[in-house]
Amino acid sequence: MIRIENLSKSFTMHNQGSATIPVMVGARLTIAPGECVGLTGQSGAGKSTLMRMVWGNYLAAGGSIMVGETDVATAQPRQIIALRRETLGYVSQFLRVVPRVPTLDVVAEPLLALGTPLTEARDRAATLLARLNIPERLWSLSPTTFSGGEQQRVNIARGFAHAYPALLLDEPTASLDAANREVVLSLIDEAKARGAAILGIFHDEGARSRVCDRLVDVTGFTPPNIKAGAAA
Amino acid sequence: MTLHPRNPEISHGTATPDQPLLKVEGLTKRYGPRIGCLDVSFDLYPGEVLGIVGESGSGKSTLLSCLAGHQRADLGRIAYDGRDVLAMSETERRRLGRTDWAYVHQNPRDGLRMGVSAGGNVGERLMAVGARHYGDIRGKAADWLGRVEIAGDRIDDRPSAFSGGMQQRLQIARNLVTSPRLVFMDEPTGGLDVSVQARLLDLLRGLVRDLGLSVIIVTHDLAVVRLLAHRLMVMKSGRVVEQGLTDQVLDDPQHAYTQLLVSSVLQV
Repeated sequence: MIRIENLSKSFTMHNQGSATIPVMVGARLTIAPGECVGLTGQSGAGKSTLMRMVWGNYLAAGGSIMVGETDVATAQPRQIIALRRETLGYVSQFLRVVPRVPTLDVVAEPLLALGTPLTEARDRAATLLARLNIPERLWSLSPTTFSGGEQQRVNIARGFAHAYPALLLDEPTASLDAANREVVLSLIDEAKARGAAILGIFHDEGARSRVCDRLVDVTGFTPPNIKAGAAA
Repeated sequence: MTLHPRNPEISHGTATPDQPLLKVEGLTKRYGPRIGCLDVSFDLYPGEVLGIVGESGSGKSTLLSCLAGHQRADLGRIAYDGRDVLAMSETERRRLGRTDWAYVHQNPRDGLRMGVSAGGNVGERLMAVGARHYGDIRGKAADWLGRVEIAGDRIDDRPSAFSGGMQQRLQIARNLVTSPRLVFMDEPTGGLDVSVQARLLDLLRGLVRDLGLSVIIVTHDLAVVRLLAHRLMVMKSGRVVEQGLTDQVLDDPQHAYTQLLVSSVLQV
């Protein structure tokens, strides 16, 4: 479902003497449907950079990133928009939403974008919020006022609202208590069981060993002249 | 629970045809020796929101007014739904401006008739495209005031009695009542309080999604485009220096000017 080949990335800082910093070379990775692959490597080795490139948020310098039939490395913006709407989900560490939109609608939005009827989309959103232990009295409020852990759970609910065939998870269990961590791990297991291909970053070793089928150390893709900490 | 009233009946799904709604090639406008905009090209597809950012004087407003036909471009081509806009007669172009297109001004006073009631402002657009039945017009105007969250009992009030945010929402209702396919917006959230901006952004997002609108929005506010625009064009000195997926341009800018623009935003 996801196939990365010979991927490279560099950053050019035009306002800092036009320094070009290579941060990744020769990255390769394959994820089959129903499989979860965890990225490892120390901070700054390029885990998040790789994930952002799969999402289309960072441009690739070379190589290919096939997600289904789309090569994210060369796709037009509108192809990536369609990919994100239908095929590829992303649970980032930060919730970025229009202020004042109720939590229930924030979670339902990916389904509404696919044309799901409003009541059905809100029902699905309500089920996920309840499962993730967000009290019902908060659903009509904007998540921008919530605690970090609550925002993280809203983000997870939103990422799991649609049954994406491919999912990117950036630290989905960080800042969660044991009960909610367990809910998230079950959601990941269920997504795998329905055939989703998952790429994740998990600092939580217990979570990693429970859901990941394989680990890929991104240190192997770090250019030799770069030490940890150089990636943006 | 007080959730936003979105009308499920108007949901069109998201089937996006593979033909661009608007195709712009080599659009150029000069003011004597000065460049307004130079050699601008892009495609806009149905349901897409394109943001145009750049500082004052970058040519973004010139570009918008050339696209909307408020100014005549010197060179280049604009094809709307396969029709050559620059070759159209003035009558044809005006007709397009009343039916398929809409233009939301930064200052609602430029887009509203301040001496006419709120209902009249919305109804007038319907009459301009041939509606004649008073009950239908008033009913549709009331429906649109509801969609932009203006209370029904304000239908006979003049916009001069409204707050800035309400005026802007009324301008949007007036523009969208005739079901345009392409909406031009010039700094639509400029001059509004932050909390009012948020409500307007949510309204616009819902309308884009539910009505399948294509939008070209000019703004200097990067936070607004991040939340609203699918794609982004960065302009400097009349030229497009960078374009791409909005979050990619903002998070991994390639051009020196975009890097400067993004790094100059104050963090809140």
